[in-house]
Amino acid sequence: MRELLDSIGYDSWVLLALLVIPALAALGIWVHGAMLGDNEARDRASGTPRQIALWAFIIEFVVSLGLWWSYDPSTAAMQATLDLSWIPSWGVRFALGIDGISLMMVLLTTFLMPLAVLGSWTSIRLKRHSYYALLLLLTTGMLGVFVARDLFLFYVMWEMMLVPMYFIIGIWGGERRIYATMKFFIYTMVGSMLMLVAIVYLGIKAGGAAGPDFAYESVRRMAGSGGAMTLFGAVVPASLLMFLAFSLAFAIKVPMFPFHTWLPDAHVEAPTAGSVILAGIMLKMGTYGFLRFALPFFPDAAMHPAVRTTFLALGTIGVLYGALVAMVQPDFKKLVAYSSVSHLGFVMLGIFALTTQSIQGALMIMINHGISTGALFLLIGMIYERRHTREIAAYGGIARVVPLFAALLTFVSLSSIGLPGTNGFVGEFLVLLGSFQTTPYLATLATLGVIFAAAYLLWAIQRILFNRLHRVENEHIPDLNARELALMVPLVAVILWLGIYPAPVLRRMEASAEQLVTQVSGVAPATSVARAGNP
Amino acid sequence: MLAEAIFFSAVLFTIGVIGVLTRRNAIIIFMCVELMLNAVNLSFVAFARAYGVAGQIFVFFVMTVAAAEAAVGLAIIIALFRHKQTVNLQNINLLRG
Amino acid sequence: MLLQHEVSAVGHPLAGTVAEWLWLLPLLPLLGFVINGLLSLVPATVLGPGDPDIAHGAEGAHGEAGHGVAVHAHDSADDHGAHGDDHHRVVRHRFAWLTSIVGPAVLAVAFGLAVAIFLAMRGVGEMSAPFVQRYFSWMPAGSLRIDAAFQLDQLSMVMILVITGVGTLIHLFSVGYMQDDPGYPRYFAYLNLFVAFMLVLVLGASYPVLFVGWEGVGLCSYLLIGFWFSEKANADAGKKAFIVNRIGDFGLLIAMFLLFANLGALDFVGVNEAATRLTFGGPLVTAICLFMFLGCTGKSAQIPLYIWLPDAMAGPTPVSALIHAATMVTAGVYLIARSSVLFSMAPVAGLTVTVIGALTAIFAATIGLKQWDIKKVLAYSTVSQLGYMFIGVGSGAYVAGIFHLVTHAFFKALLFLGSGSVIFAMHAAYHHTGSHEDAQDMRNMGGLSRYMRVTWVLMWIATLAIAGVPFFAGFFSKDEILGSVFLRARESTLADASWLGIPGSSVLYAAYALGLAAALLTAIYMTRMMLYTFHGPNRTGEKERDHLGEAPWIMTGPLVVLGVLSLFGGWLNLPALTSFLGPVGALDRWLEPVVGESARRVTSGVAPEPAHNVELALVGSAVAIALLGIIIAAVRLKPARLVPKAQAPEEHGIERVLANKYYVDEAYDRVVVEPTVGISRGVLWKGIDQGIIDSVFVNGSARLARGVASLGSWIQSGQVGTYAWVLVIGVLAVLGAFTIR
Repeated sequence: MRELLDSIGYDSWVLLALLVIPALAALGIWVHGAMLGDNEARDRASGTPRQIALWAFIIEFVVSLGLWWSYDPSTAAMQATLDLSWIPSWGVRFALGIDGISLMMVLLTTFLMPLAVLGSWTSIRLKRHSYYALLLLLTTGMLGVFVARDLFLFYVMWEMMLVPMYFIIGIWGGERRIYATMKFFIYTMVGSMLMLVAIVYLGIKAGGAAGPDFAYESVRRMAGSGGAMTLFGAVVPASLLMFLAFSLAFAIKVPMFPFHTWLPDAHVEAPTAGSVILAGIMLKMGTYGFLRFALPFFPDAAMHPAVRTTFLALGTIGVLYGALVAMVQPDFKKLVAYSSVSHLGFVMLGIFALTTQSIQGALMIMINHGISTGALFLLIGMIYERRHTREIAAYGGIARVVPLFAALLTFVSLSSIGLPGTNGFVGEFLVLLGSFQTTPYLATLATLGVIFAAAYLLWAIQRILFNRLHRVENEHIPDLNARELALMVPLVAVILWLGIYPAPVLRRMEASAEQLVTQVSGVAPATSVARAGNP
Repeated sequence: MLAEAIFFSAVLFTIGVIGVLTRRNAIIIFMCVELMLNAVNLSFVAFARAYGVAGQIFVFFVMTVAAAEAAVGLAIIIALFRHKQTVNLQNINLLRG
Repeated sequence: MLLQHEVSAVGHPLAGTVAEWLWLLPLLPLLGFVINGLLSLVPATVLGPGDPDIAHGAEGAHGEAGHGVAVHAHDSADDHGAHGDDHHRVVRHRFAWLTSIVGPAVLAVAFGLAVAIFLAMRGVGEMSAPFVQRYFSWMPAGSLRIDAAFQLDQLSMVMILVITGVGTLIHLFSVGYMQDDPGYPRYFAYLNLFVAFMLVLVLGASYPVLFVGWEGVGLCSYLLIGFWFSEKANADAGKKAFIVNRIGDFGLLIAMFLLFANLGALDFVGVNEAATRLTFGGPLVTAICLFMFLGCTGKSAQIPLYIWLPDAMAGPTPVSALIHAATMVTAGVYLIARSSVLFSMAPVAGLTVTVIGALTAIFAATIGLKQWDIKKVLAYSTVSQLGYMFIGVGSGAYVAGIFHLVTHAFFKALLFLGSGSVIFAMHAAYHHTGSHEDAQDMRNMGGLSRYMRVTWVLMWIATLAIAGVPFFAGFFSKDEILGSVFLRARESTLADASWLGIPGSSVLYAAYALGLAAALLTAIYMTRMMLYTFHGPNRTGEKERDHLGEAPWIMTGPLVVLGVLSLFGGWLNLPALTSFLGPVGALDRWLEPVVGESARRVTSGVAPEPAHNVELALVGSAVAIALLGIIIAAVRLKPARLVPKAQAPEEHGIERVLANKYYVDEAYDRVVVEPTVGISRGVLWKGIDQGIIDSVFVNGSARLARGVASLGSWIQSGQVGTYAWVLVIGVLAVLGAFTIR
C-alpha cells in the first residue's frame, strides 16, 4: 500500500486535495442551482445536490483513507507537508501537514461527512442546493483547521467553518433556530476575537525585524520565551495572557464548563447533520486547539499549578455536571448535548493531566465521541423524522414496533457509556488511568461520571424503547429503511473495531502524544517498549 | 462675470437644499439633488474660466457620476414603489433603530 | 489461526495440547449470539417503506408483518399486564427450531472442549505457572501495555467447567421454558452472549480483560432482566442492576488505577509478582483491596449494593438460575480468589470482606424468612449464600470459598430451575383459565408434590443441600467455610490484625457465629418454601388445579443432572473427617498452585489442621443447627392454614418490616436517588445552567448590549428628511464655526 501511494506522490498533494475537493463540489452545486434559475426548477432538481455532495464526500473519504497507510507512526514530525507562499508581505504561508493528533481528526471528519449527508437525505427538503454547498464548504473549513501549519491560515479556516454552520442552524434548524444560531455564533466569535489578537501578537513577535511570521514552528519556538505586559497596573507574563486568549477560544468550542450553554441550544435546534457535525467534529476543534497550540506554545503558563488545577477541576466538574444535568433533560437531543459536555470533560481532564496514556485516551475519546454521539444524533434524527418530536416522554415501549432501531440505539448508547468491548471504554479507561497518575483525587471523582453516564442514558433509553407502549401514535412507526441501516452499519463496525482492536489507532497517536508530553512537561515519559511497526 | 455666476450657483444650490429638506416625494428630492449637482457644476465652469481647465474636467466627472446615479437612483425608486406602492419618504422608515 | 500468531507460552507444558484452543471457548457462545441475534431481527428485516418523502403515499400500507406483530404485541401486553410473573405471550417465533438447536449446541460444544482441556491439564500433571496466550495488543499507550490475552490455570478451569457445564443444562432447560415466547431467539442471543462474556471474565489474563467480561455480563444481565421490557417494573429492575453494578465497577476501576500507578502492571502474573513487594498490611494494598471489594459487592450483591439482585428476579427464571445464582454473581468471589495475593497482604481488607459477607449472610436470610414470591426467597437465599463465600475468601480460605461457589452453583441452579418448573406449571394452569392470579406467589401454590413428583423430589435434594444436611453438597462446602473461619480466628494474620479497633480474632469469631445463625435461618426459610409450595392443600384454584402438571423432559432432564450433582458435589473436596467416602481434599490440591501460597500467608504457614475433637464439635454443631432449622420450620409452619394471596391479611410489626425488606430500597430512593435527581434538576440545570450562566452571563451581556444600543437607536428615526436636516444643520454649524473663528 505504501509503495503504491508513494508512486503516485500521494503525500505531496493529498492535503491540498482534501481541502479543494469539497470546495469545488460546493462551487459545482451553486453553479448547478444558479443555472436552474427559479426556485421551482431548483426544487424539481433537488435530488442532484445531495448526489453531488454524497459522491464528493465519498471521494474525499477514499482519498483521505490513504493517510492511514502513508502515515509513519514512528515519528512525531509533521507529515504529508505542503508549503506554499500565500501573503508574503504579512509572512503568511499556505502550510499544511499532519501528525498523529490531526491524522485521526482528519479521518474522523472525512468518515462522518458522507454519513451526515445520508442522514440529511430526506429530512432536508428546503433549499437543498444551499444546504449541501454549505456542508461541503464547512468541510473545507474543518479540515483546514486540522491540517493548518500556519496560524493565520488556521484562523481563517477557524472562522470559515463558523459561517456555514451559522446558516445551517439558522435556516434548517428547529423552532428556536435564530436564538440558537446567534448564541452559537456570538459565543464562538467572542473567543476567537481574543485569539486573533493573540495570533497577531505572536506572529509579529515571531517574525522580528523581518516582518511577521505566522509559521507554526517559528511561533512555537518563541512563544514561551518570556516577555511581560502591564495590564491594569499589574505586570503579567505575556505567555499567560496569550495562553488565556487561546484557551478562551478553545474552551468555548470544547465546550468546557462554564462556557457550555451554547451547545444544548445549538444541538437541539440544528438539523440532524448539523448536530452530527457539531458534536462529532466541531467540538474537537477546541480540544485539538489545546493540544496543538495552547499547550505546546505556552507550557509554562499551562503547567502553572494554579492554571493547571483550574483546568483539571473544570474538566472534572464538566464530567459530573454534564452527566447530572443530562439525567434530567426531557428532550433527548438536549440530553445527548449535555452528555457531550460530560465526555469532553474527560478529554480536558486527560489533556491537562498530561501523561502519555491520558493524552492518547483524550484523543481516543475525541474520536469515540464523534462516532458514538454522531450515531446517537443520527438515530434521533431518524425517529424524529417519523414522529416529529424529541420529547422522551412522547415515546415508550417502541422497541416492539421498531426492533432494529431499538437494537441500534441500545448498542450506540452502550458505546457512549463506555462499555468495555466498545470504543467508549478504551478512551475513558486510558484517560482515567493516565490522569490517576498525576491527579488521583480528581480522577477518582471523574470516574464517578461512569456511573452517572449509565444512569442518564439507560434511563433515557428505557423511557424511549421500553416500558408500556402507551401512545397510539407510536404503534405504527415504520422501522429503519435500507438507507438508514446502511448508514448505521459503518458506525457500528467502527464502534466495535475501536473497542476490540484500537491498537493501530493508538500506535499512530503514540509518538505525537509522547512528544507533546515531553515538550510541555520538559520530561520525557518512560517508554518501556520500543514501538513496533505498522500492525 | 465671476461674481454673477457664483451668485446664480449659490441660489440654485440653496433651492436644491430647500427642496431636499422640505419635499416628501422621492422623485422631487432626487431632482433637487440633481439641481445641487448642477449648481456646483456651474461654479466649476465659472472658476475654470479664471483658474484653468481643471474645473471643467471636474464637471465632466460630475456629469458622468450624475448620470450613473440617476440610473441607479431611479431604479431604486421604482423598486421602492413596487414594493411599497408609494414614493412618499415619510412612509418609508426601514432604517428606524 | 490468525489469532494465535503471538502465543507466548511456548515452554509451557500445555503448549501444543488442546489447551491451545482456549480462544474457542468464548468464541463459540459468541457465534451463538450472532446467529440468534440475527434470527431475532427476522421480523424486523422487513424494512420500512423506503424514504419517507418518496413513499409518502404508502404510509398506511407499510410492512404488513411488522404491523401485525405490533398490534398483537399491544393487545397481549394489555391482557397480561397485571401479572408479575414470566410468560407474557404465547407466540412461537418462526425460527424457534433453529434457535433450539444453535443455542444449547454451542454451549454443549464449549463444555466438551472445556472437559477436553481439563483432561489435558490433568494429563500434564503439576503446572505451577498459568498458561497465558497473547492474541493481540489491545491498549498500548506509553508504558501501558494491555494485551488481549487469556490465561488458563486451575482456578479458571474450575470456573470454566461450572460455567459451561451448568450453563449447558440451563440452556437445555430454557428450550422448554422459553420456546413459546416470541422473543425466543433474542433470549438465546443474550444468554449465549452472557456465557461468552462470563468466559472472558474467568479467562482474562489481566484486570482490564477481566473487566471486559465483568461489564459484559452486567450488560447481559441488564438485557435479560429487562427481557420482558414492556413492563416498567422489569425495565426498571434491569436498569437498577446495571447502575448498581456500575457503582461497583467504579471501585474496580479505581483499584486498577491504583495497581497501575503503583505496581506498573495490570496483568495477573505481573501484579502477583509485584504485589509481594508491597508493604504487608500497608495502606496502599489495603486501599487496592477495598476498592476491588467494592466492585465485588456490586457484582456479587453484598451489602450495601445487594439491592439489585432481588429485583433481578424480573427476568426469566432460567436467567435467574444461570446469571443470578450460578455464575455471574459469583464473579466477585472469583475476583478475590484471583487476587488472593493482594488480599493475603491486606488483613484489614480481608476482615472487611469477612464482616460484610457475614452481615450479608444473616441480613438476607432474615428477609428470606418472610418473602412470598418463590423466586424472591431464592434471591435472598442467593445473597445470603454469596455472603458465605465472602466469609470464606475474606478469611483466606480461598478454596473453601470456591468450593462453596461450585456446590452453590449446583444446588441453587437446581432450586431456581425447579422453581421455574413450578412457575411454568402454575402459569400454564392460569393461562388455561385466563386467570390473572400471581403464578409466583407461594400462597397460590401448595400441595404441588402431587402434580409434579420429579420436581418435588429434586427440589428437596437441593433444599437439604443448601440447608447443610450431611452428605449433600452444601454440607461439605458450608462446613469448610465455617470451620476455616473458626480456625483462623485462633491463629492467623487476620486474627492478629485489628479492624476498626476490634481485634481480628473477635471479628472472626463473630463472623463464625453469624454464619451459624444464618445457617439456621437458611434451613428455616428453605423448609418454609418447600412446605408452602409442595405440601399441604392446594390453593391454586378449583378450575386451575386440573391443568397443573410436570414439565416436559427437556426441562426435567437438566434438573435430574443437577440433582445428582447436588447430591455428590461434596465429593469434590471431602474433609479429612470423611476420608471413608473417598479421596480427601481434591479441590485443595487442584487449586494449590493458584491460592496455596496466599492461603499460607494468611495462616502464617501453620497448617490449619484442627484437633480431631474440635473438628467433630464444629461439624456436629453445624449439623445440629441445620436439622434444628428444618425441624423448627416443620413444626411451626402450618401450610394448611395458609390462604391464597388474594385473601391474605396484611402483615404487621416485624413481619411487615421483613416483607418490605427493611425498607432499604425506599431509604436508598430517599437518600440517594431523589436528592440526586432533585439537585440535578433544581440546582444544576434550572439554577446554575439556566439561571446563572445563561440568564445572567450569556443573555445578560446581550441585554446589556441591547440597553446601550437602545440609547442610540431612538435617534435613528428612519426618516430621510430628518437625516437631511441634521446634515444641513451640521454643515452650517461647521461652516459657522470656521467663519466665527
